[in-house]
Amino acid sequence: MFKRIAFSVNAKAFNFEVDIRESLLEMLRRLGYTGTKKGCGVGECGACSVLIDGMPFDSCLYLAVWADGKQITTIEGVAAKNGELSVVQKAFVDEGAVQCGFCTPGLVLTTTALVESGQDYTRDELKRELSGHLCRCTGYQSILKAAEISLQEHSCSCVDSPHHKQPAAKIEER
Amino acid sequence: MTNFMGNNSSLRDRFMNKSGDGGKEMAYTVVGKSVRKVDAVAKVTGKAMYTDDFFERDMLVGKILHSPYAHALITTIDVSRAKALPGVEAVLTYKDLPRISYATSLPGMIGADLDDNEDLERIKIGTAGHPYSLDPAHRDVEDRHILTKKARFVGDAIAAVVATDDLIAEKALKLIDVKYEVLEALTSTKAALREGAPLIHEGCEGNILASGGFTIGDVEEAFKESDHIFEGEYETSIVQHCHLENQTSYAYQDPDGRIVIVTSTQIPQIVRRIVAQALGIPWGRVRVIKPFVGGGFGNKQDVCIEPLNAAMTLAVGGRPVKIELAREECMIDTRTRHAFQFKIKTGINQDGKINGIHISAISNTGAYASHGHSIASSAGGKFRFLYPTKALKFDPITVYTNLPVAGAMRAYGCPQLFYAFESHLEDIAKRLDMDPIEIRSKNLVEVGYVDPISKTKVMSCGIRECIEKGKALIKWDKKKALYREQSGEKLRGLGMACFSYSSGTYPVALELAGARIVLNQDGSIQLQIGATDTGQGSDTALGQMVAEVLSLPMDMVHVLSTQDTDISPFDTGCYASRQTYVSGMAVEKAALEVKGKILSFAASMTDIPVDRLDLLEQKIVYKHSGESVLTLEQVAMQSYYDRVLAKPITSDVSNNARINAIPFGVTFAEVEVDIKTGKIKVLEIYNVHDSGTIVNPKMAEGQVQGGVSMGIGYALSEQLLFDEVTGKPLNNNLLDYKLPTMMDMPDIGVAFVETHESTGPFGVKSLGEPPTITPAPAIRNAVLDATGVAFNRLPMNPQRVFEGLKEAGLI
Repeated sequence: MFKRIAFSVNAKAFNFEVDIRESLLEMLRRLGYTGTKKGCGVGECGACSVLIDGMPFDSCLYLAVWADGKQITTIEGVAAKNGELSVVQKAFVDEGAVQCGFCTPGLVLTTTALVESGQDYTRDELKRELSGHLCRCTGYQSILKAAEISLQEHSCSCVDSPHHKQPAAKIEER
Repeated sequence: MTNFMGNNSSLRDRFMNKSGDGGKEMAYTVVGKSVRKVDAVAKVTGKAMYTDDFFERDMLVGKILHSPYAHALITTIDVSRAKALPGVEAVLTYKDLPRISYATSLPGMIGADLDDNEDLERIKIGTAGHPYSLDPAHRDVEDRHILTKKARFVGDAIAAVVATDDLIAEKALKLIDVKYEVLEALTSTKAALREGAPLIHEGCEGNILASGGFTIGDVEEAFKESDHIFEGEYETSIVQHCHLENQTSYAYQDPDGRIVIVTSTQIPQIVRRIVAQALGIPWGRVRVIKPFVGGGFGNKQDVCIEPLNAAMTLAVGGRPVKIELAREECMIDTRTRHAFQFKIKTGINQDGKINGIHISAISNTGAYASHGHSIASSAGGKFRFLYPTKALKFDPITVYTNLPVAGAMRAYGCPQLFYAFESHLEDIAKRLDMDPIEIRSKNLVEVGYVDPISKTKVMSCGIRECIEKGKALIKWDKKKALYREQSGEKLRGLGMACFSYSSGTYPVALELAGARIVLNQDGSIQLQIGATDTGQGSDTALGQMVAEVLSLPMDMVHVLSTQDTDISPFDTGCYASRQTYVSGMAVEKAALEVKGKILSFAASMTDIPVDRLDLLEQKIVYKHSGESVLTLEQVAMQSYYDRVLAKPITSDVSNNARINAIPFGVTFAEVEVDIKTGKIKVLEIYNVHDSGTIVNPKMAEGQVQGGVSMGIGYALSEQLLFDEVTGKPLNNNLLDYKLPTMMDMPDIGVAFVETHESTGPFGVKSLGEPPTITPAPAIRNAVLDATGVAFNRLPMNPQRVFEGLKEAGLI
């Protein structure tokens, strides 16, 4: 069975029919967004995380049909259009938080969501927020450090926050 | 364009320093710097392409039917219903696989001959990622068919389906009718070694794959001379690599009929050889391509899915077929770490000097040999360098069981052996009332020690300095005193453990590496290596070496990350912590050759004698003054386009490293044991390494942190569990397996003692694997210090610790 859905990926609009059994992960990879990685397929490892309306989700557990009307951000949409790395990406590169790179896209996206939430996190809170992402290469040390550095410079939509910065204008849907 | 550099003092100083005294004091400009990992940007932007990210038009899906029984004979197998399912392109069983008598045929016979004559022997393969040996006695045991008629563990590959999509393939697997004659499942080495136990492999008496280690001196004599004899038994469990990218590959035939396999592997050249051997075709008919790899840790130093993938494409006329293992499959039907049981007997004098050690070990290799007995022997070989004694006897046996196949995993048998010995030595220290550091110091190796078996000489050794550094970092003396008088429900303790390792496999196996360099028109270079980066950063480290020799900035060094057996220079691959040391030698050699050619070319352009010239920061300079005579770009352009002299500057070298270097290190750990729950919390942990020169401190730190975290998982939580009767896996997924998460990790402290290893390029020794060796024994010893209870079995999970504390009367 197929169902027509309309959604955007990294601000590019799509409108087509999908197999109702397909996961968002499978659909994104089929569309060529292969930066979204499959590590387990059942929501255990976090490698396939994408942002759906700004919130991190395991795309393997999220049906493609649910993406109807949603704005999806994948790792391909994190850097600026001119190729400049985001604060989070830069911190991951600088802190040596990247080894094999398979968990990296998910972690960059979740960290991006934390930065964009405008909230402050203690170290323990940050560990908890990121603990849904498994990494076998780094022992998490450099990833945690990269996340902390990302958050030091985060922008925030709350006008009374010390990190307040005007959010980028939302891209019009479809 | 000629530019005098007399006024540039910083350049000049560096130049003079470099050419000045040379030797140990030589200052490197790129080696030793935390330059950015060459693939980091590709990986944070999602541009890095892994095997599964490539698409071929009309790619078919290959799926595997795994045995539900740990030990069973297939009596009948009927694939007719599966084959009839629309969308199914091929179904393969053992019957379709090549026979030895056809071993010289060309591809295409898969599926063509369905004569079910079981007497004709089919090709068996060994899957371990070892270099081929011209000596038949030194080759890996060939005990495995691509698809089997006899299931030897739950998960063994029985049949395979090629279909147009996943769902059809899954459905087809269910339509394969298999009847089994179920045999007794031997789920432990004890069961497999029992007299009268059924044989897992025909002709392998007693289910013993291999036995034998080595003997130095006379241990019995050494025991007689000793003041004390201590004995202990230690045991480790089966764990899994859990690289984030599961094994995945796709294969097709090119227009010439050659089989092309794109795969997530550490060893492309070995995959090529084993696929060819498995199909009985000439090796040149197979091409293997390795794109970015999402971690391997030794599991991809084995050939798991590629031969079947090749058979699948041959069965469908060379159309592309992809195999992508699910996590649950990957955790049982690839490889695991061998579980070991040790018995150790040590003769020691009252002053703490060890006279003799006798280590017996039983290694559980699971259903097939894979790396087999090499794991046990290799661990013994690496152990010999830490505490040389008059007498050392190591006699391991490796046993088949009906459990998943064990293979290579980071540090190759050493986490097992060093856990056992460093625990044992701690027990001895406690009994002799000696400080754990003191007892070790009395027995540690010295520079100049020559191993009597391998003849490898310890050329550099910083283990004592490592211990001093670790001791200071954890505040050993202060905390030891503080924790002497403790009571309450949470007890703290300190522990430490040392290791020795090696840099590559010499003299046991071949250590060949290749490198190729091309100087581009603009003075930048391409570096091609056969060494494979699976995330650890070897591309960057090797690139830094070239940048160092050619005095280039890193952005002028382009490292080709993909290995392709048709194109890349020959290198046996990523294992044995060998690449920075062994492949580094080839890279240094290639760079020196290019440097020589650049200078010769410059000499021909300027008529300045070549021995008066040097290369510095993209310029050809006078050696004596640093004065620039040409830019590197001028030489490069001339080398391409001079109407008479043009001859592009390249090098293509191979290096056969008939040498080895021994890295050392130590882990210090502080724990807190919650007596009520049995939960161990690691409060502080430090790994201090002597790996010679550190090429890239930030990447090195990352290697150590990752290795320590794997070691902490090994110590506290990780274990693959099986039903004791049926051999069915109970936790082959990332939820139940208990891989450490970010919340489980303490801060991991890392320090280095930089010795200069004269045999290594730029003074390096290995670093990738060693960090994972000693966290477990250090934590175990800290728990002993805290509670007085010796935990001689890994992992020390809360249940086991709770039971142990209860037994000891602490609860």
